[in-house]
Amino acid sequence: MSTPYAKLPAWADYGLIPLINLAVAFIVAGFVVLLVGENPLRAAAILVEGAFGRGQGIAFTLYYATTFIFTGLSVAVAVHCGLFNIGTEGQAYIAGLGVAVVCLTFDATLPWWLTFPLATLAAAAMGALWALLPAYLQAKRGSHIVITTIMFNFIAASIMVYLLVGMLKPPGSMAPQTRIFLEGAQLPKLNWVIELFGARVRSAPLNISFLLALLMAFLTWVLIWRTRLGYEIRTYGHSPKAARYAGISETRIIIITMMISGALGGMMALNPTMGDQHNVAIDFVSGAGFVGIAVALMGRSHPVGIVLAAILFGMLYQGGAELAFEMPAISRDMIVIIQGLVILFAGALEHMFRPSIQALFASFSPKSVGMAATKGKGA
Amino acid sequence: MGQAAIELIGINKSFGAVHANRDINLEIPRGTIHGIVGENGAGKSTLMSILYGFYQADSGEIRVNGKPAAIKTSNDAIAAGIGMVHQHFMLVENFTVLENIILGAEGEALLKTSIAKARSELQRLEREYGLEVDPDAIIEELPVGIQQRVEILKALYRGAEILILDEPTGVLTPAEADHLFRILKQLKEQGKTVVLITHKLREIMAITDNVSVMRQGTMVATRETKKTTVEELAELMVGRRVLLRVEKGAANTGAVKLAVSNLTVRDQRGVTMVDDVSFEVRAGEIVGIAGVAGNGQSELIEAISGIRRAVSGSVLLDGKPIDVTGTADPGELRDRGLAHVPEDRHHVGLVLAFEENENSILGYHDDERYRKGLLLDIDAIRNDAKSKIEGYDIRPPDCRLKTANFSGGNQQKIVLAREMEQDPGVLIVGQPTRGVDVGAIEFIHKRLIAMRDQGKAVLLISVELDEIRSLSDRILVMFAGRIVGERGPEASEGELGLLMAGVEQREAAE
Amino acid sequence: MDIFNIIIQTLDSTLRLSVPLLLACLAGLYSERSGIFDIGLEGKMLVGAFAGAAAASVFHSAFIGLGMAILISISFAMIHGFASITHRGNQIVSGVAINFIAAGSTVILGQAWFQQGGRTPALAEGERFSPITLPGADAVKDIPVLGHLYSELLSGHSLIAYIAFAMVPITWWVLYRTRFGLRLRAVGENPAAVDTAGISVTWLRYRALLCTGVLTGLAGAYLSMTQNGGFVKDMTAGKGYIALAALIFAKWKPVNAMFACLLFGFLDALAIRLQGTPLPIIGKVPVQFMQALPYILTVVLLAGFIGKAIPPRAGGVPYVKER
Repeated sequence: MSTPYAKLPAWADYGLIPLINLAVAFIVAGFVVLLVGENPLRAAAILVEGAFGRGQGIAFTLYYATTFIFTGLSVAVAVHCGLFNIGTEGQAYIAGLGVAVVCLTFDATLPWWLTFPLATLAAAAMGALWALLPAYLQAKRGSHIVITTIMFNFIAASIMVYLLVGMLKPPGSMAPQTRIFLEGAQLPKLNWVIELFGARVRSAPLNISFLLALLMAFLTWVLIWRTRLGYEIRTYGHSPKAARYAGISETRIIIITMMISGALGGMMALNPTMGDQHNVAIDFVSGAGFVGIAVALMGRSHPVGIVLAAILFGMLYQGGAELAFEMPAISRDMIVIIQGLVILFAGALEHMFRPSIQALFASFSPKSVGMAATKGKGA
Repeated sequence: MGQAAIELIGINKSFGAVHANRDINLEIPRGTIHGIVGENGAGKSTLMSILYGFYQADSGEIRVNGKPAAIKTSNDAIAAGIGMVHQHFMLVENFTVLENIILGAEGEALLKTSIAKARSELQRLEREYGLEVDPDAIIEELPVGIQQRVEILKALYRGAEILILDEPTGVLTPAEADHLFRILKQLKEQGKTVVLITHKLREIMAITDNVSVMRQGTMVATRETKKTTVEELAELMVGRRVLLRVEKGAANTGAVKLAVSNLTVRDQRGVTMVDDVSFEVRAGEIVGIAGVAGNGQSELIEAISGIRRAVSGSVLLDGKPIDVTGTADPGELRDRGLAHVPEDRHHVGLVLAFEENENSILGYHDDERYRKGLLLDIDAIRNDAKSKIEGYDIRPPDCRLKTANFSGGNQQKIVLAREMEQDPGVLIVGQPTRGVDVGAIEFIHKRLIAMRDQGKAVLLISVELDEIRSLSDRILVMFAGRIVGERGPEASEGELGLLMAGVEQREAAE
Repeated sequence: MDIFNIIIQTLDSTLRLSVPLLLACLAGLYSERSGIFDIGLEGKMLVGAFAGAAAASVFHSAFIGLGMAILISISFAMIHGFASITHRGNQIVSGVAINFIAAGSTVILGQAWFQQGGRTPALAEGERFSPITLPGADAVKDIPVLGHLYSELLSGHSLIAYIAFAMVPITWWVLYRTRFGLRLRAVGENPAAVDTAGISVTWLRYRALLCTGVLTGLAGAYLSMTQNGGFVKDMTAGKGYIALAALIFAKWKPVNAMFACLLFGFLDALAIRLQGTPLPIIGKVPVQFMQALPYILTVVLLAGFIGKAIPPRAGGVPYVKER
């Protein structure tokens, strides 16, 4: 039989099950907190308080969320095409090169509102370029895209380290990073929006790339569900044979999708560089590409879900920082564990609780759980 | 006839809401060949999978040689002396014959002795049953008929007294099928019991001692083969007199719409599947291509519709060439008025995860009608889908329902509606009624006739000979990649059957 | 220092650097040959390294450390199995999850237990695996070339290093000469064939992951208890991924795996040795290029320019019973 799982109402499928998976991830994380000798409930309270309690926290939360919206969208677009882009990390890292070149060239001459679109284009182009070769190898040579993108992450890291300890580093400096960008490449902050609501923000890196992230989420929704290209991407993602039959070129769709995915991942580079640190430093991506996997899984590859999941992870990052401050035994690495647990329970184990929830639904109202009446093909 | 080798008593099995086996009772005498027939989806394979321990019955009892047998896993079945040859072979393709045979029956933890033992045992089996095969050959390099022989050897090596074969001839050439039947008869003479699952009545009549008929999950009858007829079995299978002939007038043919000449197509392994084939289809006629599955029909229509590259040859559509060896693309051919209902609707013709309306534009998603500027015109798509649902009586009439939730017949109607409503000049149809319920078959046949009467050129491929005979105005028979004959619709089943078996060709060669 | 000594030293560090790669690569081989993709080698190595060093320093015993390393590594392998075999989850996703959990928990627990910024205490003599001098190594030391090779290159490695290289023929033998190996190779190619032959696909794959866990545990223990005298945050530093690359490079074959790991270990050793030293003709080779070379080579291989790497056919696909 090809349908081991019965149908659940949509709200249970898209709301209840992810929430249960998330809850389990947090409960397990709570055990780790216990193991360390702290009170998990108090830890949770500090975390939420740190993320949303004050304007400052909210601004930081949204700053982190900006990064994760980009990487989450990047992973999700590829997922719709049936591709697992594990290389968002490297695509974002190499996009830092595009940002650096644009910013270092124009920051003295152009205002930010000209540098920003140029840097956005450069970042997207570099990200897309870094996704192009794995995509080409998958489409033409059948090389598994998971493996090639992993390899490309490491190659990207080597290139960036090489450039940041060499060419991109200002002479005389020891730190592997570019010089500080001038005002022409510093993005305006958005903290005043939060202050409109009466909260105070001392200084937080939330900047206008947050708006770009939201715009990209909307455009991704339009792309996937409202354009012919999106239709072709989904067709190929569900059934390559049907795509062939429909006259959709396999090579073209894989390459275009991966380049879009890479471009979205690449735009992530804008936020920490132009928006916060005002330079391109070594390891500025620091795992955000992998968080994108968790975000896409949690958000079920839907832009709305991704924005919500990105805010959740933003909360973890910001609240986690507060937590590390309040409870020295719990460093920020706690977030890494939670991330892993979310990926485990919302991703790899997403079906674990489904049967019991279905049974529960069936016992309440047998009719709401219709069995999909598709029989195995050789019946 | 003696004691029963197998007795099934009150077997029930459900998959969710689908009652695949309902109160099945069956007795198979030892030392006989027992046929089980039924349409696709009648529950034959499920029943045999239960007997082989692949599934467990919800209720009921299995007795082997008179003793109740608790068959929970394939291991239990093997221990009870039951062997199975699956429709899709259960072989490890990059292993040798010997490795495949000992897999799971190695005996001890080290392979050395078990391989030596298997080698000598294989020689014995070869002598006894005429099952010749090179023990050191790699499976994927062997022809299908030999691979099947390995499957049989696997069962015998495990000491099977009862051998179940699931649709064994589906993938065989007629010569290979003949050889298989000789082997089965030999097995019977040695006292083995053979259960043959098939939907081909001719095979049942040719080789079995007894035959049981299944329909919609129930066992409707068991007959002694000598005392029944093809007609009776066919009626039992479908439950009412089969409507073999669709009413249709004489063909009113016009200009040549599709001209295929010297087309040669190879599959991904490089085996020539279509060999120098030429024919034409005119406006206002249905040309049927008959043949045993796997004789090149699938590759032929894939090449014509631009899905598969041909090696050589040419195809003219309305007198203008299709670049079948180079750049032919299904999308371009659709624009030129060639529509294609593919053989495999689950993986090719439809995206089962899509909503119905999304599937109703598959392949035509570039069309002006479904566009609004840069975007898809969702309203236009849904309205269009609704009108097709009405026109083709697709049930349930819900264009937002996931396609996987429609029945086989309704899924096929979604494909047909999409392709026919484009008003194509040429329609290529592969297996239009495979896995489709009887009511929908009639509907689909009438629609195809209507297309013909509107002056379209229809090329029909089907493994159901009855379907070919009742719909076609001309019948081409394909065997081993070649067209071996052309007949009118009045040609008898026997005559076509001989052509399909390649009999004429073999005689000519000798 | 003369050329001969430089060569010996480079080869010696090649051996040392390839040991963890080889163990992880063979670990991946068991898993992937059974049809379970495993990008969680990195994480399993890391928890193995942590558990080994932590237990060794607490119980003052290298062997208790090794036991813990293996045990914890196995339990992470079982999590992978639980997700991807029992619950038919996505194997890549599960592997990514394991890497995260490992990276986070080793630091959190290390900090909580030892308060040394995520490190474990430095291991004393007896808490780590010391070099073993092979019989007669001292006696033949002064014989030119051969004696030198024996005493400098082959002798003086730790127990785990010898186990690693012994695992190559053992793995070959298990794979091609035993019932378990036959079934393991079969289940990675066509699990349905294994299932219908009356063998449990689930149990077989769990056993494969058990082997994976043992070997990644050994690899981790080597890192923290031989190469380094204790655990350091993120000490695997991508070795799990290099091992994965080596596995592809080796086309999933044990003897090839050894050569692939030696090659990648050699590149690493060379990168360290050449740091800043210009080469004749080519000039100065950036160390980053040497570090990226294993990945570049693997991509080139995957692109089909040097032979073709065909993975086990059922790899990555959860097994669902279907007619």
